Amino acid sequence: MHSSGKTLNGSEIFIECLRREDVDYIFGYPGGSLLKVYETLYDVNDIEHILVRHEQGATHMAEGYARATGKPGVVLVTSGPGATNTVTGIANAYMDSSPMVVFTGQVPSALIGNDAFQEADIVGITRPITKHNFLVKDVKELAMTIRKAFYLATTGRQGPVLVDMPKDILNASCTMDWPETVEIRGFKPTIKCHINQVEKAAQKIAQAKRPLLYIGGGVISAEASEELRALAIQQNIPVTMTLQGLGAFPGNHPLSMGMLGMHGTYWANQAVNRCDLLIAVGARFDDRVTGKIDTFAPQAYKIHNDIDPTNVDKNIQVDLPVVGDAKNFLAALLDVMPGTQENRDPWLAEINAWREQCPLSYSSEDNALRTEFVIEEVSKQTKGNAVVVTDVGQHQMWTSQFYTFINPRSIITSGGLGTMGYGLPAAIGAAFGIKDRPVVLFCGDGGFMMNIQELVTAVHHKIPIKIFLINNSFLGMVRQWQELFHQEKYSFTDLGSSNPDFVKVAEAFGCKALMADNPDGAKEAIKLALAWNDGPILVDFRVVKKDMVFPMVPAGGSISDMLLARLNPKTMV
Amino acid sequence: MKHIISVLVENKFGSLNQVAAMFSARGFNLESISIGETEDREISRMTIVTRGDDQIISQVLKQLNRLVDTIKVIDLTRQPHVERELLLMTLKLTKTQQHEIFELINVFKGKVVDIKQKSITIEVIGSPDKINTTIDIFRVYGIKELARSGAVAIHRGE
Repeated sequence: MHSSGKTLNGSEIFIECLRREDVDYIFGYPGGSLLKVYETLYDVNDIEHILVRHEQGATHMAEGYARATGKPGVVLVTSGPGATNTVTGIANAYMDSSPMVVFTGQVPSALIGNDAFQEADIVGITRPITKHNFLVKDVKELAMTIRKAFYLATTGRQGPVLVDMPKDILNASCTMDWPETVEIRGFKPTIKCHINQVEKAAQKIAQAKRPLLYIGGGVISAEASEELRALAIQQNIPVTMTLQGLGAFPGNHPLSMGMLGMHGTYWANQAVNRCDLLIAVGARFDDRVTGKIDTFAPQAYKIHNDIDPTNVDKNIQVDLPVVGDAKNFLAALLDVMPGTQENRDPWLAEINAWREQCPLSYSSEDNALRTEFVIEEVSKQTKGNAVVVTDVGQHQMWTSQFYTFINPRSIITSGGLGTMGYGLPAAIGAAFGIKDRPVVLFCGDGGFMMNIQELVTAVHHKIPIKIFLINNSFLGMVRQWQELFHQEKYSFTDLGSSNPDFVKVAEAFGCKALMADNPDGAKEAIKLALAWNDGPILVDFRVVKKDMVFPMVPAGGSISDMLLARLNPKTMV
Repeated sequence: MKHIISVLVENKFGSLNQVAAMFSARGFNLESISIGETEDREISRMTIVTRGDDQIISQVLKQLNRLVDTIKVIDLTRQPHVERELLLMTLKLTKTQQHEIFELINVFKGKVVDIKQKSITIEVIGSPDKINTTIDIFRVYGIKELARSGAVAIHRGE
């Protein structure tokens, strides 16, 4: 244990610990229980505090930053309502395994449990949505607790960790001891895969006639894209990715099949149905991927590599579990695989036939503006090089289909929890972390309103995000389900009569804004927005109301239930 | 099938809550849970009785292991182990039934821990099965109140 020897108060210890954890940004909002911390922060220059306008915004910003950079996002909020406002963001980070450390102020220790002003049992509230959480009971434990929190958030399967800090702890003083190493008795994640399992997997790959790589976000958080590329190309194995896995393998490579699952490509889902070997890496067989479990990859021998053993055999029984880090697994596979390429030509030909049979397409006959066009155009103009952030809904699924992701850490989206309102703050957070690539946000008109207050944060810090508002004046995805499965009862999904004028709203926030309602106008607006670097810019794309995302495997359905209707432009309404 | 699982956890604030919350959040069955300090004061032992098929039990064990405060998880079900539960029970006491009650207490190797004019409190220790039987048998005499500790269990020594 390293002792700095200096006596510091809790707030100074807090800042010093963040320094040692190499924190660049704190996304926060002050309040009563944190006054001492903010007093200290006033004179801190090497860590930048970003003032959000709602604590939920802080959590999504921290997550956007974390997903873009791979570094943990840091949140600082006050007790009570400040803390409870972080709940959605924490749950989101938990579902998507994003590294994040949330610091909450708490009422003084002596008042805990007394229903004190701005008191909430945030440790109790967040227990099921954090990887772990702590209540600091002694200033002497503060440094070690913070060290543990960062270690837990970033080690093994990543996730959010919360540290609750009572006001008296932040005021109390002690000698700061900075532990160089962390030892947590109950936390020993398996990083290195068992070599016997890897060898068995290699054998199965060598024998497979119709293998398929099913890649999840675990490959991105493990920084294993290079290994994946090497393996897929060397062994000539087609690759399909989950929403969070997009970009792990270049979308413009012939072996890339895009996304699988509910709104995955026809050919990826057919390939899952037909493959004789499914190699799942860093993916968790989510219900949006599998549909009906019994009919998922029915002919396949299933290999499942995941860093979290609880993911193995949770939703689906696999034949060969390999617990460990995705990078370790893929590197070990490359080590033991013979370097020769198998002849998978018949298999790849089969896949290409599906691709030709049912490509992703959309109508362009009526000169109406469609989301697919906007996304495809942004993909072209950014050459797939943007960091793409989305909100939740139809535009999110269209992004997965029509943006060609080339690099890892290029899609930042709420996958597991499906949090509307995630997009805008996450894009701002991403832009704090990534300065050399454009940060583009696709956001529906519903979700945009859920955290619109963060537009101020973007304007104030001159964050050059491109806000591409996909405005169909509807809660489009819910509308789609209502049309398909609920007798066209468009119950409370039509926002047309109540939406504000988004251009005026943006301008009132001090944000540059444009409107586009036809394909040519949209093209120009995208060009202008991508060239605009003086703070954020919003383009209000007035898109067709009634378009639906296809293909679609209805919830709990099989690949054979896949809806392709309206996929053919000629049948599109 | 019934499983008895022994879990060593950090002896600190919130450990029990963590485990109980995990069971309810994931919809696992929790028949009983008991907790107490071990020979090492920093570690507590939880004994959990749960039910489920092999797939569910495997998830239960993995989810328990995943909790940061969990140090060790042992499924004792198929291993040699000793399992005990404590029953405290207050019965109505009437002159006519007094004899029978005392005889039955002997049969179950129970102990009288309190006796009043109209009631008697007894303790019985045994496997949860024996405790179930005890309760069934005494039910006819009028149980006023009862408390069960939940099972505690430990590996048999080498």
